[in-house]
Amino acid sequence: MSSPQAVILPGRQGLLRRFADTLWRHPRLLLLLMLAPPVLWLGIIYLGSLLALLVQSFFSIDEFSGLINYDFTLKTYGELLIPANLDIILRTVSMATAVTLGAVVVAFPIAFYAARYARGKWKAAFYIGVMLPLWSSYLVKIYAWKLVLAKEGILNWLFAQLHLTWLLDAYLSLPLIGGNSLSVSYTGTFLVFLYVWLPFMILPLQASLERVPGNLLEASADLGGSPRQTFRHVVMPLALPGVIAGSIFTFSLTLGDYIIPQIIGSSRLFIGQAVYSHQGTAGNIPLAAAFAVVPIVIMGFYLWMAKRAGAFDAL
Amino acid sequence: MRGHGRLQRVTQAIQSMSTAVQFAGVSRHYGAVKALDEVDLEVFEGEFFAMLGPSGSGKTTCLRLVAGFEQPTAGHIKIFGETAEGVPPFRRNVNTVFQDYALFPHLNVLDNVAYGLMIRGAGKAERYRSAEQALELVALPGLGKRRAGELSGGQRQRVALARALINKPRVLLLDEPLGALDLKLREQMQEELKNLHQQLGITFIFVTHDQNEALSMADRVALFNEGQVVQVGTPQDIYRRPNSRFVADFVGSSNVLPPEFVAGLGGERHWASLRPESIYLTQTGGHPARVIAASFLGGSTRLALDIDSLRIHVMLPSTAAVPVVGDEVYIDWKPADMHLMESSA
Repeated sequence: MSSPQAVILPGRQGLLRRFADTLWRHPRLLLLLMLAPPVLWLGIIYLGSLLALLVQSFFSIDEFSGLINYDFTLKTYGELLIPANLDIILRTVSMATAVTLGAVVVAFPIAFYAARYARGKWKAAFYIGVMLPLWSSYLVKIYAWKLVLAKEGILNWLFAQLHLTWLLDAYLSLPLIGGNSLSVSYTGTFLVFLYVWLPFMILPLQASLERVPGNLLEASADLGGSPRQTFRHVVMPLALPGVIAGSIFTFSLTLGDYIIPQIIGSSRLFIGQAVYSHQGTAGNIPLAAAFAVVPIVIMGFYLWMAKRAGAFDAL
Repeated sequence: MRGHGRLQRVTQAIQSMSTAVQFAGVSRHYGAVKALDEVDLEVFEGEFFAMLGPSGSGKTTCLRLVAGFEQPTAGHIKIFGETAEGVPPFRRNVNTVFQDYALFPHLNVLDNVAYGLMIRGAGKAERYRSAEQALELVALPGLGKRRAGELSGGQRQRVALARALINKPRVLLLDEPLGALDLKLREQMQEELKNLHQQLGITFIFVTHDQNEALSMADRVALFNEGQVVQVGTPQDIYRRPNSRFVADFVGSSNVLPPEFVAGLGGERHWASLRPESIYLTQTGGHPARVIAASFLGGSTRLALDIDSLRIHVMLPSTAAVPVVGDEVYIDWKPADMHLMESSA
């Protein structure tokens, strides 16, 4: 007769195995070990530098010597309010708003298709199509766009082929959004911003639309909702967290970018460029820091508004 | 026979009612898959009609065709005499209680219930008043401010019901609405649904895979299998006179007797069904059988017997003496209880 098997197996030998067993018995220890490195990174390097930035913005610069005065003051923030700097902020925020709205309009149908209809290989094609532009260099894409939008570029050629040059010219003669050519107009800046940030809108939007159960759309139709009403009363509210998530990307990325407006557009400054020039050639670190705080404040305010408007209620 | 005459009167009474939903040769194919294949069906106004069948039998597809979520690949559907093919769901005065309720997560209970009225452009005061009334109808007043996610399964069920009723549909479709509830709640809801049906007097079409539910609630039952309607009739009809082995087996797991066995008893060479509760143990005469298994079910005891290598189930009342496994017993039944079936399927 064989002896019955032991119910409790003997403890495992070896240092590593015993350590693994200890971790199993103390899940909090495991959690601590796993979280410590990223928390340290976030806390010291990430938030720490942000804090340092915030502190810098309360210093000021001595106009005669060009040296930094380390007394706490709001003088530098006051400088943000002079017309030239206020213009920069307004220009950047307007552009970021336009890019975000444009991205929502362009991304929605794409995300909707991918979430509701694309299956199997079409879904794979969607992901590749959306991500592919992210795989190539940002600078290369921007310079490519400069060529596309230039007076000698393919877009002008296309308009000429279609005998629509008059239309393009009429558009470019409009104030503010027009210019000598698309590549030196705000429209050009807008198009390139829209292009480079679009994936950051499509993906969260698609994720949020994917989480809308199909039977909610059926329930709305069942209760008499036309497709338009269903979209307005069910799809939009449920996709809102995705829109907000995407807009955080498009909005903040546009607020902080200093390369695109430098290469394409009217050569008027955006916040990113102001930060770049103040901390570089001008050596005005406090003003650069104060400029850098502006997007943070705007984003904080934006999120607060979104929360108050109930954008996250469906989460 | 007296019983038969009464049945005829009931059938005549049903047929004198107008037709609510009519299927004529309706098919719904997905490529090679025939979810529904040439179904003819008639649901009368005001009746509680159950569509019963195993999963994938086409009953839900049938319901979705009435709601308008699917379009038939062939055949014609009429709702109150009007052609329904090509009519989108939002233009049908038919409302659905969804299987998993499909409550809007971004709206509170009151707004969920009032959704149909909001869509129709009713004012705030009017639609909230109606929504409160609808919530009272389903015994759920005062919960309007809660979110759907904060409710229990049973409460969600009632909200879904109130939401579907607020548009005053002429046909209410219920897609396995009780499937997610536990037994006790399910029995309670069954009763309430029946009361609601009587109170409102509208047509209910109820999809379920639970034969007890279908038999206990419905005026008539359509039994589905593999995309086709196998039998339509009153619960008594379906239970006592199954027309095929599938029906006999699916509804109340009847004993299905093969033609040779029936012929051996001196009957016609036909498949037959014999209900477990129609069989009784006897001391004198009857057929010898051996007990293979016995399970105590509370109100009764179910025996599995071997009779000429055929496995037969017998339901004994709890008052009867229960033989043990291995015993030789004698069983018998009234000849009228053995029902010969038309089809061998």
